[in-house]
Amino acid sequence: MRIVTAMSGGVDSSVAAALLADEGYDVIGLSMQLYNQQNDDIKFGSCCTIDDIYDARRVASVLGIPHYIMNLERDFDTHVVSKFINDYLSARTPIPCVHCNSELKFSTLLDRAKGFGALKVATGHYARVEKDSNGMYLLKRGIDHSKDQSYFLFPLTQEQLACAEFPLGKLRKSDVRKYAKSRKLPVAQKPDSHEICFVQDGDYVSFIESREPNAARTGHITNINGETIGSHEGVHKFTIGQRKKLGLSSPIPLYVVSLDSKTNTVTVGPRKAIEKSTLTVSNVNWITGKPLARPRNLMVQIRYQHPEAEATVWPVKNNKARVEFNEPQPAITPGQAAVFYERETVIGGGWID
Amino acid sequence: MRIYLDHNATTPIHPQVVSTMTEVLQEHFGNASSVHAFGQTAKSYIDEARTSLAELLNARPQEIVFTSGGTESDNLALRGTAESLMPTNRRHIITSCIEHEAVLNTCQALGKQGWKISILPIDHSGVIDPTSLETAITNNTAMVSIMHANNEIGTIQPIDKLAAIAHNVGAVFHTDAVQSVGKVPLSVDDLNVDLLSLSAHKFGGPKGIGALWIRRGSKLVANMTGGRQERNRRPGTENVAGIVGLGVAARLATQNMLDNTTHIAQLRNRLETGILQHVTGTIVNGDRNKRVPNTTNISFDRIEAESLLIALDLEGIAISTGSACSSGTLEPSHVLRAMGFSPHRTQNSIRFSLGASNTDADIDRVVNVLPTVVDKLRNLSRSSERIHA
Repeated sequence: MRIVTAMSGGVDSSVAAALLADEGYDVIGLSMQLYNQQNDDIKFGSCCTIDDIYDARRVASVLGIPHYIMNLERDFDTHVVSKFINDYLSARTPIPCVHCNSELKFSTLLDRAKGFGALKVATGHYARVEKDSNGMYLLKRGIDHSKDQSYFLFPLTQEQLACAEFPLGKLRKSDVRKYAKSRKLPVAQKPDSHEICFVQDGDYVSFIESREPNAARTGHITNINGETIGSHEGVHKFTIGQRKKLGLSSPIPLYVVSLDSKTNTVTVGPRKAIEKSTLTVSNVNWITGKPLARPRNLMVQIRYQHPEAEATVWPVKNNKARVEFNEPQPAITPGQAAVFYERETVIGGGWID
Repeated sequence: MRIYLDHNATTPIHPQVVSTMTEVLQEHFGNASSVHAFGQTAKSYIDEARTSLAELLNARPQEIVFTSGGTESDNLALRGTAESLMPTNRRHIITSCIEHEAVLNTCQALGKQGWKISILPIDHSGVIDPTSLETAITNNTAMVSIMHANNEIGTIQPIDKLAAIAHNVGAVFHTDAVQSVGKVPLSVDDLNVDLLSLSAHKFGGPKGIGALWIRRGSKLVANMTGGRQERNRRPGTENVAGIVGLGVAARLATQNMLDNTTHIAQLRNRLETGILQHVTGTIVNGDRNKRVPNTTNISFDRIEAESLLIALDLEGIAISTGSACSSGTLEPSHVLRAMGFSPHRTQNSIRFSLGASNTDADIDRVVNVLPTVVDKLRNLSRSSERIHA
């Protein structure tokens, strides 16, 4: 069976390709070129750069599989980078990786893969896809919970899951490193990347301002009583729950409680003020394809690598859902995803309003 | 068996080239500038290669300077001529919009040094109209550089007419003939040029070796400083094995020219007709008569050229989108764009370039496989854009 592996040049996707090749699949390595890298003087982030594509090619050569670079600059800009910037300008804190998974890897790349006679796209995500007795595809957390990436995959539909292969879902990170070493992959020692791939040194503020110079607008910082206590240089520099770099002096620690892009206001308050018991999400994806018939007690995770919390999830019309936590949760952040789990299985998820 | 239809990117090395080069590498390591017997042997190999290449170009051996390839030859021609003309008042260079980057970017660099650069336009035919040169040229024009055959669409430019226009005002004429030398019979006198660039690996020779033919009496300053090799035009110890490889490839090209061009043209025409007949929504880019016999450039409706390239490679068929030197960019081909085609037609073009080792069976297989591959990709494509003539 022919299977396309999305190869970023990191150890995870390299081992994913290696595992499949070693199992006897007809593996084709594809690397996505996501930004214009023609000029040496343009700086890039930590993934999918020319260096990473070079690494992916070396791995493909060790494995003896064909490797191609697909130029997806335009799709990436439309579906990932522009959304990222717009989210920040609308006082939301985005997760670009989710869009890259659902709009690029399991959309454009999958279409291309099918054109090449492949039935599936494999990635190096720590997550599992299983088929239940009714033929329904289930999305589950990776066995290695410390690396689990099912959170980033919540928008995948049944059609997408049917074509998704996650060879690392049953492995621990340490096993992946061991496999890379035993297979003599040139990336066996390469450090993991954690940052947003298209932003250099994690400096997303400069990145946004380079694309949207008007983002840096002076506005008020107010307390929860509506009193102005300081000023800021743009709501895109803040996220809910942020405590550092507020430029305020206060006897008690202050946190960002809310952001308003219309009035260009940052509201801050004490720790207690960032705790909330409810949230609503939009553009909900239910993994089975059908919304919950009735409210259900589930575990809800409100950001990546954040402990899940007990809640009741209420389906709401127009593809929305309401989440009521048993205990108040700190820093519920618009733009992040709330993903619903039942034990290991993703039931659905949506974007926090 | 893989089928190779990307000969404009590079060609397989002829076995005779490999055996002669191997012999030189193993047996004759001498420095061609040395006086002793070792040096003399090396020198005699270089002389023989120079003679073979001169025959291919209908030129004198002493007019040939060996370089590292087409790009260096273009740089030496353009920069070397520009520098030699510094003492004059001529500060104008004319080139065309369909040149290889080696010429375009070198002209751009000269532009930054104060040279005025004019770039001739082109129409749908992909052939430059000499009247556009007549319009652009002045008594201040120092040099005109127009390629002989275009690498992407294969069109042959009317070099003799263009050179005559340049010579009328006393300007030097350079042609980048990387895609025509060895493919079509040519003579530097018939072309009426002063400088001609070529590269060995485009006609059965090794990579890393090329030449610049410099008409006797042409003024040219070397780009590099160093020893006195290549009559002071190109310092550095000669790449003896590479030069020998170029020489053998040139000799073989001279010997087999007629057979090869007939054979290749017949295959190319069958391929082209087959594609146009069996794949809907296809159109040939550029003039179909005035072109080298091995190239056809075809746009496919509703297809990403990049995907078609990969799908065909997985079927064991090697082709390319535009020029290999610009792969990895999303920039549509500057050649097709300059010809005035829609962005869709420009972005969805595929270059098939054939060589002597291709067979009827190769063409049958491509014509057989292509409709299925294209259908599959079209069914998955979200694009509904059409190419327009």
